Amino acid sequence: MRSVIDIMDLSLEEIDGLLNTAEDIIANPKKYADACRGKKLATLFFEPSTRTRLSFEAAMYELGGNVIGFSEASSSSSAKGESISDTARTISCYADIIAMRHPKEGAPYVASLKATVPVINAGDGGHNHPTQTLADLLTIKREKGRFDSLTIGLCGDLKFGRTVHSLISAMSRYSNVRFVMISPDELKIPDYVKQNVLIPKGIEYKEVKSLEEAMPELDILYMTRVQKERFFNEADYIRLKDTYILTPEKLSGAKDDLCIMHPLPRVNEISVAVDDDKRACYFKQVLNGKYMRMALILKLLEVEV
Amino acid sequence: MIVGQIKEGIVLDHIKAGRGMKLYDVLKLGELDCSVAVIVNAESEKMGKKDIIKISGLIDIDFNILGFVDPGVTVNIIKDSKVVKREKIALPEKITGLLKCKNPRCITTVEQELQHVFKLCDEDNKVYRCIYCETKADLESIE
Repeated sequence: MRSVIDIMDLSLEEIDGLLNTAEDIIANPKKYADACRGKKLATLFFEPSTRTRLSFEAAMYELGGNVIGFSEASSSSSAKGESISDTARTISCYADIIAMRHPKEGAPYVASLKATVPVINAGDGGHNHPTQTLADLLTIKREKGRFDSLTIGLCGDLKFGRTVHSLISAMSRYSNVRFVMISPDELKIPDYVKQNVLIPKGIEYKEVKSLEEAMPELDILYMTRVQKERFFNEADYIRLKDTYILTPEKLSGAKDDLCIMHPLPRVNEISVAVDDDKRACYFKQVLNGKYMRMALILKLLEVEV
Repeated sequence: MIVGQIKEGIVLDHIKAGRGMKLYDVLKLGELDCSVAVIVNAESEKMGKKDIIKISGLIDIDFNILGFVDPGVTVNIIKDSKVVKREKIALPEKITGLLKCKNPRCITTVEQELQHVFKLCDEDNKVYRCIYCETKADLESIE
């Protein structure tokens, strides 16, 4: 029984396997239509989510399985004070696999310690979001055709942006990858990401404030939203929320084959006018996310197709 | 300055200068019945300055917390005024229940029954991180 709490729980070989499965699903969807017949996915979402929850649910339905769960903490027993461990044990009696999102960091890990079925971290606070990273990796593979020798710009909220932390961990395993971190001082990448990943692996990175100055050297631009729900102080959020807004003008210095990504939802950090640019890949990312979640569910349920 | 020899007890030597009082607090030496001497800024050939703690009694020392606060400490066990055992502290792989995660977003802030566990992530820089949220522990994390 395997759980995936952090993207680093998966080896490079396993990620390659998931990418291959996802591409096979894209090419031959009918082959997988009954793969999870009779299996149930529990989506335990203690925090609001549209994309990730529906992506997991769509993934399970497209595999022929069923879905149970809740979409906010108030409709779960946690509102009565039930612990994560007890919830995990209980749901293990009903479902074959769990996808959990929780505002507190480490909650899915705690669940995985007591659950008797696989647990997938569907986002824990500002910490990790491994299935978004799987979506990002499939997008990079399909758009760039490689994982090595890439300069990746990460822009916006790098402090609380869990997708950014997971993506850095994942991409740091490939050779000749450089990161350009573009953020205001208050939203810089946390020290644990530098000390656990970037520094020990000797990965080149720089921290800058200007998106325009960084633009010409980027192969990938990963935009993020400044997340209101991560701030304890609304004044700080209001001060920082409009720091970076990507517009067609700001793309004037960018490479022709730049890949613009965003985990979504966006608020205003990517102007709608950018959506028509051929370099905008963020809606492809959404679709890729569903395929990678299908591949991950198959792997963790040990279903051979 | 001279502090008398102890006949039976423990001497914590080679404490990083300035850490002596912190160790006195976290090891709860103030609660002991026996006499305890904390010497700060003692001259040391190797370290320049160091702190020393002398405890006139063979108490159980929590080596995990000692290793976290100052892994350079040498523990000397004294019997009949002689050092009968000398131990260097090793960094524990895990520290359970002694440190508290300070991240307000950590699951440990809401799950009261959950043990606070920190794992050694970087031996060279003596970095411990919460196993749940990866927040780094520091001296203020000691409960």
